[in-house]
Amino acid sequence: MTRRWVGFAVFLVLLLAVEWGTRTGFISPLTLPKPSDVLQTFAELYSSGLLFQHLLPSLSRLAVGAALGASLGIGVGLLMGLFSFIRAGLVPLVAAIFPIPKIALLPLFVIWFGIDEGSKYALIAFGTFTPTVVATYAAVDNVDRTLIRMGQSFGLSWLSIVRKIVLPGAMPGILAGLRISLAIAIILLVAAEMLGAEYGIGAYILEAGSLYDLERLFAGVVILSVLGVLVSAVIGAIEKRVLNWRS
Amino acid sequence: MELRLRGVGHGYGGREVLRGIDLDIPAGQIVCIVGPSGCGKSTLLRMMGGLEEPDLGEVLQVGQAPEDCLNPLTYIFQDFALLPWRTVAGNVSLVLEDHEIKGVDASAMIKDVLQRTRLSDFADTLPRQLSGGMKQRVAIARALVVNPAVMLMDEPLSALDSQTRELLMDDLISLWTRTPFTAVYVTHNLAEAVRLGHRIVVLSRRPGEVREVVTLEKPLEARAYGDADLEVKQKHLWELMRAEAAAADAELIGG
Repeated sequence: MTRRWVGFAVFLVLLLAVEWGTRTGFISPLTLPKPSDVLQTFAELYSSGLLFQHLLPSLSRLAVGAALGASLGIGVGLLMGLFSFIRAGLVPLVAAIFPIPKIALLPLFVIWFGIDEGSKYALIAFGTFTPTVVATYAAVDNVDRTLIRMGQSFGLSWLSIVRKIVLPGAMPGILAGLRISLAIAIILLVAAEMLGAEYGIGAYILEAGSLYDLERLFAGVVILSVLGVLVSAVIGAIEKRVLNWRS
Repeated sequence: MELRLRGVGHGYGGREVLRGIDLDIPAGQIVCIVGPSGCGKSTLLRMMGGLEEPDLGEVLQVGQAPEDCLNPLTYIFQDFALLPWRTVAGNVSLVLEDHEIKGVDASAMIKDVLQRTRLSDFADTLPRQLSGGMKQRVAIARALVVNPAVMLMDEPLSALDSQTRELLMDDLISLWTRTPFTAVYVTHNLAEAVRLGHRIVVLSRRPGEVREVVTLEKPLEARAYGDADLEVKQKHLWELMRAEAAAADAELIGG
């Protein structure tokens, strides 16, 4: 219990230090904004209704893109883990597309899927897809062989072995992979919105940045951090439910 | 049901592992297979279970499996092979689900088999909460529930400490005494062999051949830890194996 509060304490100490520094002039207002000003900006953002005007499109882009990418990634990763033929065919391909900075492909996606939501969904989906594939495939590959052999020796059908042994056995690895994939999804969301969106957290941050409005810039960054923490907490809750068999 | 091996030989990549094995596994008896490490004991067991085809010779199943038998040849593994995400009852139920046994029938069978293995109080426990001995009892319960014609046990007690091993041997003996089952029991532990085996097959070092088959007439339930006559048999087995084991050991070091 006490360990949980250490994280909060670190945050609080940092914030108070910055607040003190900016108030005393130790930190110049060009370097960092006052945390209390950021908070005020955030309150204004909320009361003006602008917060949700930016947040809702972002959230829907994130949800659609990440859901597409993660489900495709888990599907393809499972196929690669289960069938050596598919694995042999796709491992080099995945290795080739994994290191591509997906942002570099945005112009291409704009041509393929249009300047609207389509290209943003595609970018986020593509960015989530590759790490999910790699994590899922590795997780399936790592399932305890003796358990699979046990299933075979008891004459379990192939489908039963996959459903009852391989999938639950791969679940820890798949969820760990999702943590990384979803963080990448948030990064790509902002990138996509910076390159072409009227509304969205990315657009908001870009606008604040070009005006050198540090308070708004930081308000946007805080939203992203909170989003990241929330996503991580959701996965944590799923892990707690699904993986309660682990100590 | 009986198993009969005729002239079984096998090799991996040009290296002969088993040679000319003739062996009968009579119904209702426990046959122990002992031998130095690397003599092909486990390979032989995999062949009996049909997980591997021998290069030479044949493994025959003689007679019919009992009517209510769900999985004629059933393994018990050294490392238990329990699903960590399923409870004790869930692990037993796993092997019933594919035979369309569900609901009331399944829970009656599970309840019965957990009672026989004295696990009734642990039905809802997860494997990680169990000791090694308890885990292996769950694996035994899982094997018993399919009512196998032959149980194939691959060093089932090797991962356990010696006290737990004694307790589990007692359990196996009392299970067998109540309802005799047919089993092939592979072990490198001679004390286990003389406690549990009706017959003990001694294999030579690689390539494994049958050196001797020792038959023990003393009923299982009359055998106990440290029996003098069993000690004599065990000594005899050790003398048979000693030179083989030493040679196998040297072979490993020499590559």
